[in-house]
Amino acid sequence: MAATQTCRRPWEETASAGVSEPRTLALDGALTLAGKRTLRGVEVAYETYGRLDEWGANAVLVCHALSGDAHVAGTRPGEDPETARPGWWDIMVGPGKAIDTDRFFVVCSNVLGGCSGTTGPGSVDPDTGRPYGPAFPLVTIEDMVDVQARLLDALGVKRLAAVVGGSMGGMQALSWAVRYPDRVTAVVADATTPRLGAQAIAFHAVGRQAILEDPHYANGDYYGGDVRPDSGLAIARMIGHITYLSDESMHTKFGRRLREGDDYAYEFVSEFEVETYLAYQGARFVERFDANTYLHMTKAMDYFDLRGEAATLADALRGVRSRFLVTSFSSDWLFTTAQAKQLVAALRMVDAEVWFSEIESAYGHDAFLLEPEAQYELIAPFLTEALVESTRRAREVTPL
Amino acid sequence: MTSSELLRGDLSIVADLVRPGSRVLDLGCGEGELLAHLREEKGAFVRGVELASGGVAGSIGRGVPVFQGNLDEGLADFPDDFFDVVVLSQTLQVVHRPMLVLREMLRVGQRGIVSFPNFAHWRNRAHLGLRGRMPVSAAIPYTWYETPNIHHTTIPDFRDFVTAAGGTVVKEVALAANASGRPHRVAFAANLRADTAVFLIGRA
Repeated sequence: MAATQTCRRPWEETASAGVSEPRTLALDGALTLAGKRTLRGVEVAYETYGRLDEWGANAVLVCHALSGDAHVAGTRPGEDPETARPGWWDIMVGPGKAIDTDRFFVVCSNVLGGCSGTTGPGSVDPDTGRPYGPAFPLVTIEDMVDVQARLLDALGVKRLAAVVGGSMGGMQALSWAVRYPDRVTAVVADATTPRLGAQAIAFHAVGRQAILEDPHYANGDYYGGDVRPDSGLAIARMIGHITYLSDESMHTKFGRRLREGDDYAYEFVSEFEVETYLAYQGARFVERFDANTYLHMTKAMDYFDLRGEAATLADALRGVRSRFLVTSFSSDWLFTTAQAKQLVAALRMVDAEVWFSEIESAYGHDAFLLEPEAQYELIAPFLTEALVESTRRAREVTPL
Repeated sequence: MTSSELLRGDLSIVADLVRPGSRVLDLGCGEGELLAHLREEKGAFVRGVELASGGVAGSIGRGVPVFQGNLDEGLADFPDDFFDVVVLSQTLQVVHRPMLVLREMLRVGQRGIVSFPNFAHWRNRAHLGLRGRMPVSAAIPYTWYETPNIHHTTIPDFRDFVTAAGGTVVKEVALAANASGRPHRVAFAANLRADTAVFLIGRA
């Protein structure tokens, strides 16, 4: 077999990040949120890959998107690596991949308000002994970032070679550069925006409405019962899925094909392949996701505006010390190239070092999860340079 | 080899026209070779725009920030006077809207540097005038049906173009390749003998 070894390109690297142990950190004291509310007893679910180097310079924080979790790559203990579905960004994170776990100490945590191990609306409120449900305070992207900072403090990670994120993860990465300028050497803002447009907020609003109007939603206090707002959550996910694809990718994937045969049923049944696909995605989603978290995540994204209190976006970016790689995808109509260019223009105004590329792809917003080659070509050299700079900065602070 | 020896011939002339410490934007910058040189040799603040995605990827290792963009869409994202000098090297002939590009250069930068192949070079004239064939040469290495060069010009035509665009010519350098392929300056009968021209332009 060794004799017929083929030359594999880096982005085709199938080596796995290996078995990743899910961990949980309990934060000390209370967490004060942007909305002035506080949370006690916050727990953070996280996973790490690779090792922190002697300078503490090679840490990379990966931030997940709306439906992601801490399991970014590899397999979980006890899973069969042949059959198990790997982490959500396994195409990008692993030995020899764009985010190379042989060279970087990679950290990924479930966001605050999430439903995959980190404290969220389904967690038990220490004050009442019952799940928070509707009592869970609205969290912001900034709150998520502050929790990640607390996690890194606990892990002894003082500086980050890079924060990398796509979509909502990209919002977190951008927020990192503004909130913790001295800690972040480089930011990869992938398929993201400094703030959502009306169209994206509109789709979020419809998704939320589907959940809120589900009779099983019970004002968000459904954890004790037998039923949950599965129907509403599934519809929200179906709407979301439509926004993540492009007209072209839907046409290629489904066209007008019917699930069975060539004849219409003349009934209100799911018969087009695209209908079946969406129904399947919705049904699978409710098995692993919490409706309240969906409400919180979409609202956090809608509220997010990198400009914050500043007069202009450029003003908000004046204090950043990071370099930026901004990428958009040509067929992404949810997080558009135009929005990415606004971010780039604002970064340029403050003389930040920024690289921008619009990657050609038919996959729509989902492209950041599906296009390893083009992203490798940009992210791999960007992280290599980030590591050099991060090490330089680390040595400046603590010379030998 | 130093970075200057690695530079394409006309790029070293372009580099000579850039003052130390300048803020430089290079349009059609490729992987940022010229900009890397200007930063190292002249302490310049450098930024680049490139249409090809490979240019952005290739510029990262050089530490030269490059934005992927189409010059024919203008430079609307760039504020007025943001740069001291804007370079358009061997790119004028491929853009669809040369007038827009030149005006934009002189809006975002105080000065512009433009290098282009001189279509009036004697070899081209001979191709067309004597042989009756479309010119193909070292400076214009494409067949007519495959060329990306859609806006050829000559040295006097370029002068007129700068005036029409509301600019003024500050300095011009005519270049011809010698036997070893290295460019040397041409003073006499420049529009006949030069295969490449480099213009430093300003606002009128």
